[in-house]
Amino acid sequence: MAETSSVTDGIHYHQHDVLIIGGGGAGMRAAIEAAPKASTAVITKLYPTRSHTGAAQGGMAAALANVEEDSNEWHTYDTVKGGDYLTDQDSAEILTREAIDAVYDLENMGLPFNRTPDGKIDQRRFGGHTRDHGKAPVRRACYAADRTGHMILQTLYQNCVKHGVEFFNEFYALDLVMTETPLGKRVAGVVAYELATGEIHVFQGKAVIFATGGFGKIYKTTSNAHTLTGDGVGIIWRKGLPLEDMEFYQFHPTGLAGLGILLTEGARGEGAILRNASGERFMERYAPTIKDLAPRDIVARSMVQEVLDGRGAGPNKDYVYLDCTHLGAEVLETKLPDITEFARTYLGVDPVVERVPVYPTAHYAMGGIPTNNDAEVLSDNETVIPGLYAAGECACVSVHGANRLGTNSLLDINVFGKRAGNNAVEYARTADFVDLPTDAADGVVKMLAQMREGTGTESVAEIRKALQETMDRNAQVFRTEETLQTALADIAKLRSRYPNVRIHDRGRRFNTDLLEAVELGFLLDLAEVVVVSAINRKESRGAHMRDDYPTRDDVNYMQHTMAYRTAAETGASQGIRLDWKPVRVTHYQPTERKY
Amino acid sequence: MSDNQLPQGDPKGQDSGVHAAQSGPTGAPTPMADRPDTASTDDQSSAHQVAEAAAQSSTEPKPVENAYDGADRETQPAPSHDAPQSFNVTVIVRRFDPEVDDEPRWVDYDVQMYPTERILDALHRIKWEQDPSLAFRRSCAHGICGSDAMRINGKNRLACKALVKDFDISKPIYVEAIKGLPLEKDLIVNMEPFFDSFREIQPFLQASGKPEKERHQTIAQRERFDDTTKCILCAACTTSCPVFWTDGQYFGPAAIVNAHRFIFDSRDEASQVRLDILNDKEGVWRCRTTFNCTDACPRGIQVTKAIAEVKQALISGVKL
Repeated sequence: MAETSSVTDGIHYHQHDVLIIGGGGAGMRAAIEAAPKASTAVITKLYPTRSHTGAAQGGMAAALANVEEDSNEWHTYDTVKGGDYLTDQDSAEILTREAIDAVYDLENMGLPFNRTPDGKIDQRRFGGHTRDHGKAPVRRACYAADRTGHMILQTLYQNCVKHGVEFFNEFYALDLVMTETPLGKRVAGVVAYELATGEIHVFQGKAVIFATGGFGKIYKTTSNAHTLTGDGVGIIWRKGLPLEDMEFYQFHPTGLAGLGILLTEGARGEGAILRNASGERFMERYAPTIKDLAPRDIVARSMVQEVLDGRGAGPNKDYVYLDCTHLGAEVLETKLPDITEFARTYLGVDPVVERVPVYPTAHYAMGGIPTNNDAEVLSDNETVIPGLYAAGECACVSVHGANRLGTNSLLDINVFGKRAGNNAVEYARTADFVDLPTDAADGVVKMLAQMREGTGTESVAEIRKALQETMDRNAQVFRTEETLQTALADIAKLRSRYPNVRIHDRGRRFNTDLLEAVELGFLLDLAEVVVVSAINRKESRGAHMRDDYPTRDDVNYMQHTMAYRTAAETGASQGIRLDWKPVRVTHYQPTERKY
Repeated sequence: MSDNQLPQGDPKGQDSGVHAAQSGPTGAPTPMADRPDTASTDDQSSAHQVAEAAAQSSTEPKPVENAYDGADRETQPAPSHDAPQSFNVTVIVRRFDPEVDDEPRWVDYDVQMYPTERILDALHRIKWEQDPSLAFRRSCAHGICGSDAMRINGKNRLACKALVKDFDISKPIYVEAIKGLPLEKDLIVNMEPFFDSFREIQPFLQASGKPEKERHQTIAQRERFDDTTKCILCAACTTSCPVFWTDGQYFGPAAIVNAHRFIFDSRDEASQVRLDILNDKEGVWRCRTTFNCTDACPRGIQVTKAIAEVKQALISGVKL
């Protein structure tokens, strides 16, 4: 095992076999595999227990069949159909097959799942998860009240403590170091900024795993944490590596209206119903078979449609209701206590006796860093970058296709986090360290100095707000060429203002002013990729709904978008080149998607 | 589950029709009238005495004084869609920049707020519109990640769960870092000593053998430790504890809560190890049952009760 550290010219140097960027669910699941077998460092912007995995509520899917008949083949079918046939089917097979051990692993690690009367892990219904290829909802989601993500995050952190995993907390990774070798480009390490001191650290590693989560902060109304700014995805992008399916962004149907705070789909799994202003259970019209438990893209669209058609509730008719009142206090207090409290705290609405105002909220990126089934990052449609891995929301395998099913992301982080950890260790066993260039940290040092010492006049907060507003207005649940072009033009303007941002805090310690400015750069980059990819996909599929192209077009578009940053920047725009990648089909031919 | 001790009070209050101005910290710790740091301590102490008296009874007392009581929240109009009135709030933040300041200093900010907004929104408004150098931690912004525990009008709260309308906005709202951990900058403290205590109690399941599937556990066994699984490690409890303030070596409530979570887990086999750790002079016996921790917990965990159960397990030597 290699593990050293030193300081040269004010820059700290460390050496570990495996570097994991991100301390959320995927990163810690990887660390639990890697740390006992190889020198491992987790470099994380937040204390691990602050990660947004902890905000996941409803459950983790696995066909345990603890409460009723189920099979992982049904789970695969649901995942493929839920993804509107953009899901890579071999990847979905792995996800659903390994789901079962992934749940048992967590239970064995100590996760306190809710239990059945005979002491097994209890399971609940969730959107898009069905018995026998769509016949009826099935109980597949393993859960711990409505804090399943919290329990997963805590359990993984507890086991990292058990294994003595080394964390670099509040270290903000800003660059991936790649070196040209006779064998091609290789991973050499990572450059990070220590928030507490403002100092720069260069980590040399044989293998690097990106587990940096999503980028929901490109939107204004979002269930995502303030810290979910797509840093990892942005780093990969700036290295000239591709991003896949970025136009597919999930809007969770039930955000608290006006706030975006998540109310789990598990509420509908337990029987809650969506109603419009007149009290109608409108999902019966949109998904006659499974109604409120249709996949998120369909439910979110239906809700927005109700509002557009004038059937929204409230003084401005701009939301619908989640009705839990028939569930009873007992179910709410024992199975959905957290969301009950959120509604009480943040809206002053008691779900026991009142309907809760809800509206879709930006929730999850289906797209991200393309990987193969071994969590290895790809530099094009097929070529693996040896030693570089990605897992969790930042990655795109693609197990979620055009629309992720609820409870499949807690599953994803566990299955592919584990794969990334194991494969990184295997790689590190035989690989040598790649030499770091002497100027490894120069780019980051220069960028931070320019920002910190700049004399600009633009406000980070204002640019970010403008970005989030245009994305909410123009690249949300429904999109058209016109709205997307508007968003693109707005982003271009904001990008041209960005180099002129003013940092007021010139200090080094806990400079969160500087941090937010850097984060904004990643948000601007990624928002543009989302919009450009969305303009290019002239069809409607999953979460990507084009009003001007309202149907799915399998002839031309049943393929993944691959976006590349080119050297040719034009004005305020990054150079973006788009390409396609075939979907891997095993058993399920695309058919019309009805629920 | 019936005893709801969440800080915002009884959610089932009906039609009291009381609004923000009336739900302020009447008779509660309204510390720092002249802003010295020590004033808040005194106020906490008086709250302790009340709580201690209440603690004589065997059941968990409701906090007698509620600095920040939203019992009437029920009757507030839903969301921001009712074009609510904004109002001006003075927020006074205890700032400290170690690169510039010798001592912390209080700085006033006037902020335009809406009733449904939270103290975190006020801090963001200050940072994003007035003074971007203000430093604080936050992430999820809805009470799950535990980043933004701070001392607000002398009581530990998550800034993202403290609603502005639950304060008396005719007076300034004081915001400072949690106490007892080294102050790093503004509202940021060094969390390492806190996590060190957590790690010391072996906070992970210890069970022999590798079952083929899941270990079984009855619903009742699972329920036994449910309350303490809610902990988000925000440190609001530990840094509200007067014992911890005077003796940083004390494990503190959060570490004990997390020990409790495993001691009472039927699957765990290392309860005695953790009990031995907490039998230390810096362990569970240092708790003086002031209930500050229970009052501070943003997750509504019955912290003092959990500590009492650990004490009881030490005395009786059996798993309850």
